[in-house]
Amino acid sequence: MKESRALPIAVALAILLLLWYAAAVALNWTQANGDLLATMSLAKPLLPAPHQIAVEFWNSTAGQRIDSKRSLIFHAAVTASSMLAGFALGVAIGLLLAILLVHVRVLDRALLPWIVASQTVPILALAPMIVVVFGAAGLTGLVPKAVISAYLSFFPVVIGVAKGLRAPDRLQLDLLHTYDAGRRRVFTVLRWPSAMRFLFPSLKVAIAAATVGAIVAELPTGAESGLGARLLAGSYYGQTLQIWAALAMASLLAASGVGAVVLLERLVIRARGGRL
Amino acid sequence: MTRNALPLLFGVAVLLLWQAAVVGFDIPRILLPAPTEIFAALIADPSTLFADLNQTFFHSTLIGLGIGCASGFGAALLVDRSPFLRRGFVPLASLAGALPIVGIAPIAVMWFGFDWPSKAAVVAALTFFPSFVHTVAGLESVGALERDLMVSLAASRGQMLRKLQLPASLPFLFAALKVNSVLALTGAVVAEFFGTPTVGMGFRIATEAARMNIDRVWAMIFVVALCGSGSYAIIALAERRLAYRS
Repeated sequence: MKESRALPIAVALAILLLLWYAAAVALNWTQANGDLLATMSLAKPLLPAPHQIAVEFWNSTAGQRIDSKRSLIFHAAVTASSMLAGFALGVAIGLLLAILLVHVRVLDRALLPWIVASQTVPILALAPMIVVVFGAAGLTGLVPKAVISAYLSFFPVVIGVAKGLRAPDRLQLDLLHTYDAGRRRVFTVLRWPSAMRFLFPSLKVAIAAATVGAIVAELPTGAESGLGARLLAGSYYGQTLQIWAALAMASLLAASGVGAVVLLERLVIRARGGRL
Repeated sequence: MTRNALPLLFGVAVLLLWQAAVVGFDIPRILLPAPTEIFAALIADPSTLFADLNQTFFHSTLIGLGIGCASGFGAALLVDRSPFLRRGFVPLASLAGALPIVGIAPIAVMWFGFDWPSKAAVVAALTFFPSFVHTVAGLESVGALERDLMVSLAASRGQMLRKLQLPASLPFLFAALKVNSVLALTGAVVAEFFGTPTVGMGFRIATEAARMNIDRVWAMIFVVALCGSGSYAIIALAERRLAYRS
């Protein structure tokens, strides 16, 4: 089953890159007056070639002072702070709700349909209102952005962890019952360990959602810093290279978030003797 | 009966409490309008409401969703023919699903203009990856036993697909549709924050929030929520009719 995936992925990436170059040439053809080389070196191309994005990315990360407004690292740090704060808040709320749902029957019946319904509501659409409401209450900056990220990331945690906490079967619960274990004991020795298997996939979804939330939350605030603001500024001035570099940074941020969760999962697996 | 009563009761209780709190504590309207005010804002201007709904839901969302799901499905059918390509593309597509794709909205505006086609393009890009990943998983979900049986009956690739793989992947396709229906609506609304003609639910939410007409914002969010829950319910209903027929 464990076949090597490196070669297929490399081939798939190569195919995508090739298609990208072809698309760049085709889309930029008129703007470059039919000059093949010029299609890949325009200042404001319709679709920049991958190497142009790489160069722009390098210039706006390694080529700038970190605290400069033109540094993508500075903007990424702003977005990362609200993403992480929102993620932490969302996971905390998610865990709390999951534990409540599993232990209080009435809450499970009354609340769960609304929690599910809350996700058919496009939460991101609430972003402008949350920003305004918090602004009217005197809270600006990190808080409204973190709240939006939290709203997006609590849901996968509730659903995943509630499922995990319920995963122990009758037999195991009965065994603990014969040992006269209380609810707290059942939770610490049985329910919580069995929820681990469900927790980490949920966390991966949650951190990806938190990234999107942090970026979108920056749009209606008229924020001057952050990757979302960078995207917006790029679109005002038609700076396609700037947009794509910001997108690359946003993707990197999301991917490293997911990577961090994977790393944490590995550590927990190792600490628990090679299994979840 | 009692299964639905409890959550319904909870919802009504929250609404009542909401109304009572807003009136009782005299909460500023900018912070939180009362449910009755939101309802009044909802029915105040039906023609604008319908124009916004038509633009964002019936054009950006549904057309984008159709294109995204269909192209994801088609790409999955192509990739399914080669295990090598499948091993290469599926991890990339799963990764792409975790990326903030909505950020391509400003680029879509440059390519397709301010009107709904650029929003539909964002929605299509957003919904492509879940559709692709789920379809591949569905086509792969067929057991070796069934596959061997089809081969021993000299089934062609097309017959294998139609009679075995597609029916087996129906639950996966519906899972993708459910994920995508919510994703598409969110994407269409958010894409409008990057520039739009003066119509659309995302545009309305952003401008009314900036003008502090919070009751109108809530009314619009209610409509968006209704669209989201409605399409989710329709898909769930279709799934029950189709996927679990046997």
